[in-house]
Amino acid sequence: MAHNEDDDYEYRIKEGDHIVLKRGDVYKAVQIQRKKKVIFEKQWILLDNVVGHLYGTTFEIASGGTLQPKEDKETGSSTDVKVAGTDNRNIVDDGKSQKLTRDDIETMKEQGLKNEEIIQQLIDNSSTFNNKTGYAQDKYIKKKKKKYENTVTVLKPTCRIIAMMYHGREPGKICHLRYDTLAQMLTLGNIHAGSKVLVFETCAGLVLGAIMERMGGRFSLTSCVHHPPCYGSVIQMYPGGGPVRAGVECFGFPAHFHDMLHEFPICRVNALLASTLDTSAKDPTAEEKSLNAAAEQEQIQPEAEQQEGSPAEERMETNTGDDDGQDREKLEREKRQEAKAQERKVKLEEKRRKLAAAAALLEGRNADGLVIASQFHPCSVLLGLIKFLSPSRPFVVFSQFKETLIECYTKLKEQGGTVNLMITDTWLRHYQVLPDRTHPLLLMSGGGGYLLSGTTVATDHSEPAAEEPAPKRQKVKDSEG
Amino acid sequence: MSFIEYSDLIQDGDVAIVHLGHNSVTAVKVQHGAQTQTRFGVIRHSTDLISQRYGSKVTCSKGGWVHVLHPTPELWTVALPHRTQILYTTDIAMVTMMLELKPGSVVCESGTGSGSLSHAILRTIAPTGHLHTVEFHQQRAEKVVEEFKEHRVDHLVTVRNQDVCKDGFGVTGVADAIFLDIPSPWEAVGHAKAAMKKHGGRLCSFSPCIEQVQRTCQALTERGFEEVRTLEVLLRVHNVRPVTLQLPDFGPDPGCPSSSSQAVEEAPPAAAANPASLKIKTTTPPREMPGHTGYLTFATKPRT
Repeated sequence: MAHNEDDDYEYRIKEGDHIVLKRGDVYKAVQIQRKKKVIFEKQWILLDNVVGHLYGTTFEIASGGTLQPKEDKETGSSTDVKVAGTDNRNIVDDGKSQKLTRDDIETMKEQGLKNEEIIQQLIDNSSTFNNKTGYAQDKYIKKKKKKYENTVTVLKPTCRIIAMMYHGREPGKICHLRYDTLAQMLTLGNIHAGSKVLVFETCAGLVLGAIMERMGGRFSLTSCVHHPPCYGSVIQMYPGGGPVRAGVECFGFPAHFHDMLHEFPICRVNALLASTLDTSAKDPTAEEKSLNAAAEQEQIQPEAEQQEGSPAEERMETNTGDDDGQDREKLEREKRQEAKAQERKVKLEEKRRKLAAAAALLEGRNADGLVIASQFHPCSVLLGLIKFLSPSRPFVVFSQFKETLIECYTKLKEQGGTVNLMITDTWLRHYQVLPDRTHPLLLMSGGGGYLLSGTTVATDHSEPAAEEPAPKRQKVKDSEG
Repeated sequence: MSFIEYSDLIQDGDVAIVHLGHNSVTAVKVQHGAQTQTRFGVIRHSTDLISQRYGSKVTCSKGGWVHVLHPTPELWTVALPHRTQILYTTDIAMVTMMLELKPGSVVCESGTGSGSLSHAILRTIAPTGHLHTVEFHQQRAEKVVEEFKEHRVDHLVTVRNQDVCKDGFGVTGVADAIFLDIPSPWEAVGHAKAAMKKHGGRLCSFSPCIEQVQRTCQALTERGFEEVRTLEVLLRVHNVRPVTLQLPDFGPDPGCPSSSSQAVEEAPPAAAANPASLKIKTTTPPREMPGHTGYLTFATKPRT
């Protein structure tokens, strides 16, 4: 019943694709643009040559930064009986066992020697190598391979890869949300195709992208044999001027995925809840003013396409001395201003339309899930947005700090309307698995943030208050034996 | 109702989850005329459940109350009748993300067991994906077929009663992801590879014992799988508690002439007999927590 066609087309790298570069456990998301150099692991590379290859291909970085597909000759560790020692009792670490100098190695690199050859040279010129145990030799070779590695693999972006990348590279941008915590959020929130999910996040769009991936975009009637068309939707609630979606770009979603994405400013939430939100076309001059103000604010945002240069241009042109020139330029300036005003009108209408669409989705207060992950104090966000959920629906709140979730928990217990409230975090540990050398890795993540999860229920004001156990009374004297 | 699509009203034939309080849930098959016993009394399906809204409060015959919830794979995992040891939500969530499951994914799983993970996979791959699940125990295979039908997800899943190590998953070249939770996963790696798409895919093996993990990693590497990674994930629960802590009484402060005013600030006037206390809102860990479920080994099958 596989609906995916086994066609190579969707597995081929194309120009303009959003990809992820990988070496070992280091990832970087980039977009393929012809003749554009990108920096990866301290090397400049040109991505032009990868177009047309299949995702998952590993490339070698040749001189000049161009990429060549790597020939597949995995020699692996030879099974020949190596000369090796039994333990390190006689190995003295004086830093002098390697006879090659840094310059020697640089020369070898410039001569274009392959990695395997460089590593063989290092082994041959090491006075202690043959005294190491077999395991120590393996470890040494692995370490050198990693250091002199010159390859990069091109991957198709997925939630897993992008979450790991952000956590490894820029955890501050995602509120230190570790990837396993994100995994918990997606599952606890029951994110699935066809549902209506509210999201409030300041994780650069990573959480939003992850949710969109799990929603799968809109489905046409032809692909849903047993179900009606699945028009799930994601409504991003945003603070400030506009929704931040930089991280969503990394996912490389097809254009139609964005059809299910809506946004709604939280500054209008109270109006919506009080049913006083007016999304009809208002007085043009007043709206223009606010749009101009919004336009200025948008110039700070990454998606700004406003022409920042134009005010400067205008200033420059008033300096020309020629009278005729001034008249002509004045006419042109007026034309430009009119064109811009027209543009703004169109944008304004688009914004109003989007607001109305999002408001329509929210008004019914029948959302299926709520996900919060931000630097804002979650309490008020949660209490405000939970009103938009149907009863018997899950919600998940992420916070870097436990205390904020304790406050959320307490407030929710006071007001009722939720069950299964839980504050959790996950403990994650990776392992090295090798014959006779299996053990957990020496370093592990110190923490990945905390989650508050729960399920809404029908609000009933006759419910008794919090079920938590009352604090124990203090015993002044130890009267009991 | 279905496990892959929400609905608002409880109907005859639905499977509903009754929340009894304090993380205690039980699954109920809704039927006209039927009754369910709980510690709070009897729930009468025809009057208390059918046509009520999911999320409603239901007052039982003894006067206590419960809430009726729409089923989700997470609630099912906690409520389902165990036929085998199951996978819990923490591991399930990790597996779902690391296998890159999403709508449309084709997944092969063995052993089906009690169907805990199966339901979670079905929810994620719906409405266009498919799950091929293999269970070598006949009664368990039959039971899970029944449940998939009751839960209205049977169109998305094929259950095969066979031994995956001998006969594979019953399909070749179609899977985006494989999940193994069997005693000897290294014996199924070859079949797993065959079931996967030639373009590649992801694999996960879940084993409680490290020796199993070692053998599986070796088999995966020998068969050409890449990026073999083993990890474990554990859930820590934080129980919110208001705690009152006593403040010690060191007696009146000798160094300070206005010690009486200080004492008033720090403790109520009747401090002598009743030492002051501070109230804090904090969390405490449970006395015991799950310390191990199993090791999760992930790998990528490259294009072949």
